[in-house]
Amino acid sequence: MVKTVVSVGLPVDERLQIRKQVIEPEGYDGKGKRICIVTGTHGDELEGQYVCYELGRRVREQPECLRGSVEIYPSLNPLGMDSITRGIPMFDLDMNRIFPGSEEGPVPEYVASRIIKDIEGADLCIDIHASNIFLREIPQVRMSEMTAQNLLPFARRLNIDYVWVHGAATVLEATLAHSLNTIGVPTLVVEMGVGMRITTEYGCQLVDGIFCVMKDMGIWTGETIEPKKPIISTDGQVGFVNANHSGIFIPQVDHWDSIHQGEVIGEILNPLEGKVEEVLHAPCDGMVFTLREYPIVNSGSLIARVLGGDYH
Amino acid sequence: MRKEIIYQMGNTYRDDLNVYGYYFGKGEKSACIVGAMRGNEVQQMYVCSQLVKTLKRLEERGAFVSGNEVLVIPSVNHSSMNIGKRFWAVDNTDINRMFPGYDQGETTQRIAAGVFDVVQHYSYGIQFPSFYMPGDFIPHVRMMETGFQNPSLANLFGLPYVVIRKPKPVDTTTLNYNWQIWDTSAFSIYTNATDRIDEASAKQAVASVLRFLVRMGILRYTSHSGYIATVLHEEDLRNVKSDAAGICRRLAEPGEEVQRGDVLAEVLDPLEGEVISRILSPAGGILFFAHNGPLVMEGTIVFKIIKRLHQ
Ligand SMILES: [Zn+2]
Repeated sequence: MVKTVVSVGLPVDERLQIRKQVIEPEGYDGKGKRICIVTGTHGDELEGQYVCYELGRRVREQPECLRGSVEIYPSLNPLGMDSITRGIPMFDLDMNRIFPGSEEGPVPEYVASRIIKDIEGADLCIDIHASNIFLREIPQVRMSEMTAQNLLPFARRLNIDYVWVHGAATVLEATLAHSLNTIGVPTLVVEMGVGMRITTEYGCQLVDGIFCVMKDMGIWTGETIEPKKPIISTDGQVGFVNANHSGIFIPQVDHWDSIHQGEVIGEILNPLEGKVEEVLHAPCDGMVFTLREYPIVNSGSLIARVLGGDYH
Repeated sequence: MRKEIIYQMGNTYRDDLNVYGYYFGKGEKSACIVGAMRGNEVQQMYVCSQLVKTLKRLEERGAFVSGNEVLVIPSVNHSSMNIGKRFWAVDNTDINRMFPGYDQGETTQRIAAGVFDVVQHYSYGIQFPSFYMPGDFIPHVRMMETGFQNPSLANLFGLPYVVIRKPKPVDTTTLNYNWQIWDTSAFSIYTNATDRIDEASAKQAVASVLRFLVRMGILRYTSHSGYIATVLHEEDLRNVKSDAAGICRRLAEPGEEVQRGDVLAEVLDPLEGEVISRILSPAGGILFFAHNGPLVMEGTIVFKIIKRLHQ
């Protein structure tokens, strides 16, 4: 059943509407658990779209296996998604910096507060992001140290490759995940793939994992896979590679490649002069879990993140 | 006056971004003034350009009290201004959300770090930022309640209002917040324009900065004493929202005193022209902010009122 979470009149004959799909067993007594899958906070991140489709399809295929409520929110920023805008169009705001929002505040904050109210009470929320148009990410869950104890048991079962437990930052207190975790809805942030594209293998991998978690929670009784064991790390094990020159980045490694300290990750080229501006090297032995996808770089542009360790 | 490139960012396809600083006087780092950090902050750049012009003349006339250095940075992000973008053009990030910055980090973190390195350690920091909602304000000084703020100093600008607000998580990465955390008394001055030039409020802004510099003993100059400011807390402002979407016809201006029940604006059906809603004042007071676009969404904040304040 499609429900409207929030609806706001736009100036000319249109409404901004955030909708969700609620799938429940027939004659549901409401006593089972409730999982919310949300995505599309950033309008240029599309990987979650396929997850929403595939999850809904598989649940409906075996309705007899469903014992709880599955709620799918494909787009928290529908105007952004329609206009390839990362933020909220008209406001130039990153929607993931305005939670928990405010009923009395400007329209984006009002919308944010309604989203929180709607998800409140869920037993688990999975917020799917797709990096941005610049970087490609392996399927991973990110969480702050503060929430790790609570969230790791879920993340371990989500069939993802990697869990990054990062330090707290005040600015991240305005994210959807932080707000939900604060009001007692365990919320996992998934980052995978790249902006403006859909990587169906990643989507299927995550959907497999969502079923595992749903089975653990008693929402699903159907067949599930045995999820892969993710690598779990903290900030200390992550090495960053940033550009120091502008130009065109050409990678010399593949995403999820094992690499040795000092090995060449790629080069920044100058197309006008026909010369190499900079050669970028791995900061440590490890695995390239983030890799620059968009070729044009400025000084400072993130090129890669390397997870230190031996992953052969 | 000494003009220096305080930060430079190389570029492959365009000219380098050169951020200029204009230094006046010699001695202690007394005051630093930062203008446009976003590409649409033309008024903010204009105000600073007028300050540069005025301070140059004043310095030539020997108006600087010795032992004081003043730095003015009129524009940080003209790369974006030149192509009509508000944020950093490549990745759409906001330099004023990157402070204190990180010189090994992402592009706008590097710019923020480069700028912060230069603007730090001044006694007073004055920024001309813009608000994310399009609209007109009564000119005012804004401060964040960081525990280090000093509203009595804000009063010395002689603008009609000082607004104090509690910082939200997202504010902790602004220049103003980081100035305060690192021992600079920081003030944000809002004029009533951003992407257009409003001469009257620009003149008022220039005068307010000069007045402040005079009162802090940095400049010798005779200026009008301005207003004794009314100090407000953000919570004292009441939002007035539109209950309908359409074309908004504004009937009241910022600064006006209104009574409860006054019609502040009308919302028209955008296709048929009929008035579909009247926005009434929920309280008596003075209008502090007014939305300035022709269109409104349902729930748009059209006005902010200072409740129970009279002219
Ligand atoms: Zn995202």
